Amino acid sequence: MTQNNFLTKALNDTVMTRRSFLKWSAAIGGTAALAGGVDFGLKAIEGAAAAGEEQTLTVGCYHNCGGRCILATKVKDGTLQRIVPDPTPVEEETAEVPRAIPCVRGRSQIRRVYAPDRLKYPLKRVGKRGEGKFERISWEEALDTIASEMKRIKESYGNEAFYFNYAWGVTWNGPDGSSIIQRMLNLFGGYVGYYGTYSEAAYGVAMPYILGGYTGNSADDVVNSKLVLLLGDNSLVTRSGGDNGGYWYMKAAEKGTKFIVVDPMLTDTVAATQGEWIPINPGTDTALIAAMAYVMVKENLYDKEFMATHAAGFDESTLPEGAPRNSSYMAYLTGKGYDKVEKTPEWAAAITGIPAERIANLAREIASVKPCAIIQCWGPQRRAYGEQFVRAVPILAAMTGNFGISGGNTGQLPGGGYCPMGGIPVPPNPVQISIPCFMWPDFVTRGTEMTVEKDYIRGASTGWNATAGDTTTTQANKDLRLKSNMKFMWNHGGNCIINQHADVNYTRKVLEDDSKLEMIVTVEVGMTPSAVYSDIILPGTTGFEVDNIITGEGHGIKGNHAWALYNHKVIEPMFEAKDDVWIAEQLAERLGFGDKFRDGHATREDWMRDMVAGAQASVSNFPSLEEFKEKGYFKLPGGKPFVGFEAFRADPEANPLGTATGKIEIYSPVLANLKNEEIPPIPIYIPEWEGVSDPLREKYPLMMMTTHFIARSHSTFENVDILREAHPQCIWINPLDAEARGIKNGDTVKVYNDRGIVHIPAYVTNRIRPGTTNIPQGAHYTPNADGVDIRGCGNTLTNYRPTPMAKGFTAHTNLVQVERL
Amino acid sequence: MAKQLAFYVDINKCSGCKACQVACKDKSSLPVGVRWRRVFQYEGGEWIDQSGQMIPSNVYAYSVSSACMHCAKPICMDVCPTSAISKRDDGIVLINADMCIGCRYCSWACPYGAPQFNEELSVMTKCDMCHDLVDMGERPACVEACPYRAMDFGALDELQAKHGTFADPAPLPDPSITEPAVVYTPNKVTKSSRNANGRLMNLEEL
Ligand code: SF4
Ligand code: SF4
Ligand code: SF4
Repeated sequence: MTQNNFLTKALNDTVMTRRSFLKWSAAIGGTAALAGGVDFGLKAIEGAAAAGEEQTLTVGCYHNCGGRCILATKVKDGTLQRIVPDPTPVEEETAEVPRAIPCVRGRSQIRRVYAPDRLKYPLKRVGKRGEGKFERISWEEALDTIASEMKRIKESYGNEAFYFNYAWGVTWNGPDGSSIIQRMLNLFGGYVGYYGTYSEAAYGVAMPYILGGYTGNSADDVVNSKLVLLLGDNSLVTRSGGDNGGYWYMKAAEKGTKFIVVDPMLTDTVAATQGEWIPINPGTDTALIAAMAYVMVKENLYDKEFMATHAAGFDESTLPEGAPRNSSYMAYLTGKGYDKVEKTPEWAAAITGIPAERIANLAREIASVKPCAIIQCWGPQRRAYGEQFVRAVPILAAMTGNFGISGGNTGQLPGGGYCPMGGIPVPPNPVQISIPCFMWPDFVTRGTEMTVEKDYIRGASTGWNATAGDTTTTQANKDLRLKSNMKFMWNHGGNCIINQHADVNYTRKVLEDDSKLEMIVTVEVGMTPSAVYSDIILPGTTGFEVDNIITGEGHGIKGNHAWALYNHKVIEPMFEAKDDVWIAEQLAERLGFGDKFRDGHATREDWMRDMVAGAQASVSNFPSLEEFKEKGYFKLPGGKPFVGFEAFRADPEANPLGTATGKIEIYSPVLANLKNEEIPPIPIYIPEWEGVSDPLREKYPLMMMTTHFIARSHSTFENVDILREAHPQCIWINPLDAEARGIKNGDTVKVYNDRGIVHIPAYVTNRIRPGTTNIPQGAHYTPNADGVDIRGCGNTLTNYRPTPMAKGFTAHTNLVQVERL
Repeated sequence: MAKQLAFYVDINKCSGCKACQVACKDKSSLPVGVRWRRVFQYEGGEWIDQSGQMIPSNVYAYSVSSACMHCAKPICMDVCPTSAISKRDDGIVLINADMCIGCRYCSWACPYGAPQFNEELSVMTKCDMCHDLVDMGERPACVEACPYRAMDFGALDELQAKHGTFADPAPLPDPSITEPAVVYTPNKVTKSSRNANGRLMNLEEL
């Protein structure tokens, strides 16, 4: 580089040149193994296009960002050429149904298929668990071993020793995915299920207590808003492709909608929407909300009539029967509540770090500009007292008159359309017990001691449906107990064993003793840290190697429309990779119920035909399987944006919410009955452990979050070289904190607390509050000889201490110290 | 003479996601270390003490997606000792790999750092404006990839008629050096090469 290159100027501020970056990448095994020289075992698909002819076929982005964008790939001579966006002709694109152009992650899918760390053959552990020593075995041996271990464990401990771990690396509607494995396990006698999610545990569990369900406006409705207040929402990163939140926020900003974003970081969402940034101390949103509500009350800026007719427990007059005096939200605000403290802007300023004047003005602005969409996302609820945040935000939406109107919102996450598609039928699980998904290590160490009251184990669950089987707030099954600790775990394309679960070093200890959890089976496409801790690893196919169906789905924040995508097999399975249907069927045969498992489905296509029939049953113009395959996608327009709880707003008596009182239940009599200080009946600010006011900050002064990252969907895509190059893993730190530690942008630093140590480059930026840091989640845990993670896996430092009620992951509540290395 | 082709980027619509960069690498099978399209993160402002509370003062951030600018005055072409670089009728500047001796003069001379040395092939490479696609009437891979439709592509004079002539969002250099075939629409906080007061943040793009 010479003087006239403008980039050299930037080097004044830097120590990390391109060369040193590459060296760093190579040190972690990143860039060394490029495509050159690796034998991918490419084979042309039989009966595919003639030699030399290029085809363009639709494929899905089938991971767990919630996007499910539509992509297509060019393929020639059995080799992937390049990705092209949603092949819907541009002329068919409408304002309501834009083309679902994939984000940066989806664009890189080919490198994920051809990644140097693809698993080639079935593997069996030969060293100590977690040591990483494996031996190649045949499929025959792998399946025989799994089947005989399953029989042995069932005989010794029963089906309650089996667990299907939380995993979303593959999210096909089918035929591949979790359902086909769960079908096999249920025919085998069942397994202990989980409820809730790692993403939105507190949201899923707490939201029903205030609103009775999730019904935010659809994401495309923000174009009708004058003002959008985002609390911890970084959709430009988390849902950055397709027609998800990111797309609609950009559309709204283009039309002139103003964005205000409450976030400890000036995220890409703040920058791209050119919004106003309210940098808040992490974990203090409920204090900000209380102070804004206080200002609205003091200055008469709220919709009194709506609160009187539609809410329960906002003030003393609407408290549900049996609630004690001064237990309303109003009493809490005005200093008559349990703590006798007025929730003034000055009170909140000391907690949130936002100047009192700014808080008061923000309250005035959101109370006066209409319509205003008040939107919460899931980051702030993945914290010590996440349930409080979840229930506090809808109060603001209700007070400001924005609840149930177009351009407003319910204070929830926006929803989206859904294409009803059949799936693989899963017979009922004979084991009628489930655990909060985050608590699985307790199931390993003390499963039989887990109780409904303390550990919130529940009756049967249907995966992430948070209210199904709730036994904690009802009298049903209070004595539920597990008959065994966990002895067998099926990990299906998941990385929650080591990487995505809290406190890696603790989990390692739990797993290293293989007399406790006796067998872990992982199906994966690449060697993840969780695969390293498995006993048998089965190489799975990627989406490009087998036909599947996927729908753009409801928990992605989307426009009010939906689609289904036909995912083509575009290349032959790499190496010895096998699809999930084959794996499940092979085991079903060995376990003696092959016919029952197939239930007349001789081929993959038979399952797909049933799925299409399922869609046709509810959508009259859904095409035949053949037409669907030919076109590659089916789009289902939804018309106008969806408005959540519109009918309730119009007539709350005729259209009550699903809460005990039928109202917006600010005071919950059900939660009051729990008599748990950490689960109060009204949503309040509870100072966090390892939060802004914890005395532990003397030792570990920085509050560390582990947010989602643009280059990954959780930990999926972490093995893609060009994504790691485009968005390198760094810890964000404010220049004031960096200077005090002698850290410059690009320096490698040591981040530590009592739970672990991480070495990672620093990104010294004004875009994060002083006192706060962030290690984006999902980098693959890579310990060196001293047990120091050198790839930036934030969960080396997080805490296996759940939220009080949902028992959810508190991924963002951590104290650390940072030092220059 | 065909019209000079050019890129357009609306900074108002760019989130800095780098889908354009990754689409480029996917399309041209570029190895790690070779980035024909790069997205610069630019940031300014500071944190100040306001009566005991730290608050941000003019903190801003934006992204600039940039590739080879297929300049009217391609300095890369001037310095190449083997005449490996040429400019097509439609303005696309191309490097002939067979003639390139890997001396790197072009990459040193180009104020945009556009030419990128491919260690595996031992030749200089750079954005070729997806001329294979362009010749078939399609648009470049990067332009097609943007989830927010921030990018466009077409004749420079037409893009200028529509969007103006702004070509130097900081950290890009003064356009008078090479007269780049590019148009940017600034957003509220975008600085130009003349009033740049921030920093390039993402050092991986160097
Ligand atoms: S793809 Fe579009 S939004 Fe993303 S960095 Fe490139 S120009 Fe910006
Ligand atoms: S940007 Fe650089 S490489 Fe491209 S034409 Fe201009 S001077 Fe040449
Ligand atoms: S025009 Fe083609 S080669 Fe140039 S940056 Fe865009 S994708 Fe890359």
